[in-house]
Amino acid sequence: MDYLKETPSQTAGPYVHIGLAPKAAGFDIFKQELGWDIAGPNAKGERIRVEGCVYDGTGAPIKDVMLETWQANTDGHYAHPEDGHTVENGFRGWGRVITDFDTGLWGFDTVKPGATLGRNGTIQAPHINLWIVARGINVGLNTRLYFDDCDNSNDPVLNLIEQTQRRQTLIASRHEDSKGVTYHFDIHIQGTGETVFLDI
Amino acid sequence: MKPAEYYMRDRAHHAPALTPDYKTSVTRSPQYALLSLENSLSEITGPVFSHNDIEALDNDLIKNYSHGGDPIGERIIVHGRVLDENSRPVPNTMVEIWQANAGGRYRHKKDTYLAPIDPNFGGCGRTMTDADGYYYFRTVKPGAYPWRNWVNNWRPAHIHVSVFGAAFAQRLITQLYFEGDPLIAKCPIVQTVPDAEAIDQMVAKLDINATIPLDSIAYRFDIVLRGRRSTLFENRLEGN
Repeated sequence: MDYLKETPSQTAGPYVHIGLAPKAAGFDIFKQELGWDIAGPNAKGERIRVEGCVYDGTGAPIKDVMLETWQANTDGHYAHPEDGHTVENGFRGWGRVITDFDTGLWGFDTVKPGATLGRNGTIQAPHINLWIVARGINVGLNTRLYFDDCDNSNDPVLNLIEQTQRRQTLIASRHEDSKGVTYHFDIHIQGTGETVFLDI
Repeated sequence: MKPAEYYMRDRAHHAPALTPDYKTSVTRSPQYALLSLENSLSEITGPVFSHNDIEALDNDLIKNYSHGGDPIGERIIVHGRVLDENSRPVPNTMVEIWQANAGGRYRHKKDTYLAPIDPNFGGCGRTMTDADGYYYFRTVKPGAYPWRNWVNNWRPAHIHVSVFGAAFAQRLITQLYFEGDPLIAKCPIVQTVPDAEAIDQMVAKLDINATIPLDSIAYRFDIVLRGRRSTLFENRLEGN
């Protein structure tokens, strides 16, 4: 059988911001850059902030990384026709996240997603899907962020991770203060505490 | 009909994570195996875009950052189709590009190459494919530029290309090279891809019939995203 082959991936390189976040590269070109408003003004549910850093195999922050996020709304529905449900007007569920070029720290604001349907009638614990690209990453890395205040014990993906201590690499920790709710989530590309990455 | 899975990504067709000749990959490559997942709703869905997200000039890099003139360089058209592995068009999907100017300099605060910034060239564009998966951009051909890897490495002329498809599982960033460029064979980033036919998929071909006489030369670049199974028998992907 003849099928086409997928075009090979190549690194996004150090200047990914020119194309995907030009203001961060230092210039203003598009009327509206994509991916800055994940939830929109009408989304129900708990407003949260997620902050973290991506580290390389030496433990240094990766300052030129870009992340994309993909999540369901608080009812567990994705803004996509194959979900089969409507979501709040303006809820997109997708975001682009870049770092502070000096520190490598990043953060984004959204709403906490609800549990979603998994395969074969299972329920997936609330999670945010992440895709990570940078100079030195040849094929974008997929992973998931779960929440430490949710019941993750029956999540079909976490439970696939054979080394149970590695499941912790996908779980963000909740902090509350006067400014609101922040989840902290660091990603380790390589080495001690290496994040579990997914071949989806 | 229930949605079906996307075909497994053929990792042998892509670069491995660790490619020591591309030095930056050494500390940015996972050491443990990826955890292979069967698709759930989280993977077969993905962001949806519309023409409301973009503007008419966004795909014209000769005009979209014009400050009173056109950018310096060889005027080119880059066009093609976004298809899936089943040869089906991928309609209404966002395609974004970014590139250096004709001198090989990026408009980025972290690029310090001595070639000058072009005041009329931003270096990024975006468009949506039409119902047949077709897209096109107008731009100037980017220049080759040196980069720090070995002492003397030069990137072949290239345009970065980002494509979404219909699902988060199809998300792809690649690079477009130009037919006949002798730097392709010498580039440690291109050569991370282990297969010559796979590399050839990233090489845009001169398309003389699509050139605009006395105006712009054209290159054809088709992009292939992952395809998906047809649902012959219920596989209960969604549950219920």
